[in-house]
Amino acid sequence: MTKLQNFILRTSVVLSIIFSVCPTAFAMHIMEGYLPPAMCIVWGVVCLPFVIKGLFTIKKIFAENRRAITMLAMSGAFIFVISALKIPSVTGSCSHMTGTGLGAILFGPCTVSILGIIVLIFQAILLAHGGLTTLGANTFSMAIAGPLLSYGIFRLCKKLNVSKKVGVFLAASLGDLFTYCITSIQLAIAYPSENGGVMASVVEFLGVFAPTQLPLAIVEGILTVLIVMALESYAVPELKAIGYEA
Amino acid sequence: MNKNVITTIILLLIVASLILVPLFALKGAEFGGSDDAGSTKVEEIQGDYEPWFTPVLETALHGEIPGEIESLLFCVQTGIGVGVVAFLMGRFVERKKYENGNTSR
Repeated sequence: MTKLQNFILRTSVVLSIIFSVCPTAFAMHIMEGYLPPAMCIVWGVVCLPFVIKGLFTIKKIFAENRRAITMLAMSGAFIFVISALKIPSVTGSCSHMTGTGLGAILFGPCTVSILGIIVLIFQAILLAHGGLTTLGANTFSMAIAGPLLSYGIFRLCKKLNVSKKVGVFLAASLGDLFTYCITSIQLAIAYPSENGGVMASVVEFLGVFAPTQLPLAIVEGILTVLIVMALESYAVPELKAIGYEA
Repeated sequence: MNKNVITTIILLLIVASLILVPLFALKGAEFGGSDDAGSTKVEEIQGDYEPWFTPVLETALHGEIPGEIESLLFCVQTGIGVGVVAFLMGRFVERKKYENGNTSR
């Protein structure tokens, strides 16, 4: 990284920390206009360090590691497909998956944040799904918090010598669920319940999202395992190039 | 059959049943988006809530995006994704075939 890149990254980390301790701080995607402006800004700034680190990593990949570009495209395309499919669930309502597990496993959480943002902007502008004002909050839940957990779980499973397929499955499905937990918390901070405050609100929103999302998380886990299996059989040189041992 | 193929088929069957079972088990359910369920919840907690910003496309269209157009756009999104995945996978598979062919000759 150059000095300038380093400086930008550090500044953003500092800003992010300042904003996250700010007491007024307050997924699926949060709907356009449903978060107070102050919170939109706070979540946006909290995302900055991850996004900036991701940008630099992607820039480096393009300059030095041509083989990894195809894997990057694959991870991005996987998010495109998976997050466009609205799937019926046991609660009688539809929801969609995040698809960020694959990228998190292959590249780590920062790089995925860029891929996630592309999808979120696409959906916010063209589909009125999610929103530009809530982009920061949605990016944090879907493209940062979820992948971060996926990445951690995948690493942990590897350390504990759990079978790789199980590791990928757990990483992708728990990452998906975690995204929705974060969304519930974000909404709850913005809309604390009158009798019970934020915690009661978290439970309320989790009640809406969690049962719907549970089967979808399993589907997402399985689909991620399938694509990883395919890559392991046919794209060994690319996986080696990004440091993933098949 | 190769072991991976069998695993793939079993896993795909599980996926299909997870998706199809709710559809048949809950006949007559609305299957609306859980985003909408989210907005309803917000109204429940907050009373009447007026979003302070409307989606750009809705502002431009002076109304909601027609349902069919919305599915079109979702299809475009899926199409872009599937196109890239299929193109790359196709290349990888052919490459492996080609390499194997060269070494066996």
